[in-house]
Amino acid sequence: MTSLVIAEHDNASIRGATLNTVTAALACGGDVHVLVAGANAGAAAAQAAQIAGVSKVIHADGAQFAHGLAENVAAQVLAIAANYSHILFPATAGGKNVAPRVAAKLDVAQISDITKVDAADTFERPIYAGNAIAIVQSLDATKVITVRTTGFDPAAATGGSASVEAVAAASDSGKSTFVGSEIAKNDRPELTAAKIIVSGGRALGSAEKFNEVMTPLADKLGAAIGASRAAVDAGYAANDLQVGQTGKIVAPQLYIAAGISGAIQHLAGMKDSKVIVAINKDPEAPIFSVADYGLEADLFTAVPELVKAL
Amino acid sequence: MKVLVPVKRVVDYNVKVRVKSDNTGVDIANVKMSMNPFDEIAIEEAVRLREKGVATEVIAVSCGVAQCQETLRTAMAIGADRAILVQTDVELQPLAVAKLLKALVDKEQPGLIILGKQAIDDDCNQTGQMLAALADLPQGTFASKVEIDGGVLKVTREIDGGLETLSMNLPAVITADLRLNEPRYVTLPNIMKAKKKPLDTLTPEALGVDVAPRLKTLKVSEPAKRGAGIKVPDVATLVDKLKNEAKVI
Repeated sequence: MTSLVIAEHDNASIRGATLNTVTAALACGGDVHVLVAGANAGAAAAQAAQIAGVSKVIHADGAQFAHGLAENVAAQVLAIAANYSHILFPATAGGKNVAPRVAAKLDVAQISDITKVDAADTFERPIYAGNAIAIVQSLDATKVITVRTTGFDPAAATGGSASVEAVAAASDSGKSTFVGSEIAKNDRPELTAAKIIVSGGRALGSAEKFNEVMTPLADKLGAAIGASRAAVDAGYAANDLQVGQTGKIVAPQLYIAAGISGAIQHLAGMKDSKVIVAINKDPEAPIFSVADYGLEADLFTAVPELVKAL
Repeated sequence: MKVLVPVKRVVDYNVKVRVKSDNTGVDIANVKMSMNPFDEIAIEEAVRLREKGVATEVIAVSCGVAQCQETLRTAMAIGADRAILVQTDVELQPLAVAKLLKALVDKEQPGLIILGKQAIDDDCNQTGQMLAALADLPQGTFASKVEIDGGVLKVTREIDGGLETLSMNLPAVITADLRLNEPRYVTLPNIMKAKKKPLDTLTPEALGVDVAPRLKTLKVSEPAKRGAGIKVPDVATLVDKLKNEAKVI
């Protein structure tokens, strides 16, 4: 029994979500291999070989993998899939894009967003925005899985000494081509990997106010910035900052929610945070029911005060 | 060009579901059911493409119990031209739905298939990608913008950290993210009109698809409850608690 983890990387380095996925793979039992499919991704492959618990890194290189196109990455996974009992992807935008393609081609069910491995064929996963936890057993020979990273601790990034094996790259499917991307550049930690997140809601009232109030707090704490769906829908914050059932699922050490009422869809994305602080002037806001520390106050005075007091 | 839009009947997003006392599932008897919100966005996008003259016909499809007809009527009230119900009482999992849709793609030969990115009941986020794989089509998942020029589709996708744009030839599969559009409200005249639009019913057997579940649900339980904490009177107390009690800053 051997598991294959599909690495998330930017060709130069391995992304954090890969480490949590390795932990989930180790829990399935047996050896763990990591696939790095990239373009000039030797550095990422070398880094993957350092991950504790990984016994082999498989490195497929080619320009067709530069942007992680689903058709091409899936073809590469399928080329080596027969060697594996479990194929695990992080449940990131990239992993979610590719994994079902692999599962369908293998004619197996996919087990999405697992939060726990109960046995090699039995997994726990949240359903209905986390309002229920299902324990499911796979009846298929190969288990294709996406791993909710907040459910598993990251494997140590160093200490391993896996061999790196180069394999022939699956050819370009030619089905889709990359045109361009707009990636927000900033020095903040990644939302899904941040230790502290400060999140703003509709109460901020405008994009200007959102920036003016939330940014100093994030800067002071070295935190990532998140937002509720209402704030994103209203255009106060970028789409990829949305925390919730269908946005980012986060579990930082500290989550500060300012002006967020706490719809179940939002709670689904952050209720596993270690410590939750809610700042809201509505005493009935549902966010208070999950907050460790609730401050009933106007965020426009409380947040700047907090920045000063820190 | 035909556009095929699969829609799923799910528990309404405002309903907080309860786990059944025997832990076999969640209790969906007598709760409000609606179209999966992402599928509404998918239908809206297809109807806009027809209104722009890019598409000629919008076909809504649903797989499941007889009551999915209501969901299909809603899709037709938004503007779908006709509907197909693949009726079965078997619990359908994403792979089975993808296979049913593949059979319909073969039959209808649509130029574009638009799905919601995720159903809000099982939260799987699989069906669109699986359909693309089975039909050997390119995929543009988590779409926030769709442009079609000639036979070429440009799709802007929501990815971690921002957006990316891909280009692909039609036919293709798109899955809709939240910001693709804002679905219109259905009006009473359109609801009345939808009642007269054609709705065909098929079965998985007629399509030659085995829909047996591949995942067995052993148990469904309530998540661990998170207790409410305390209210703090002021910012100074909050900072003190975070530093000295929770020790997170």
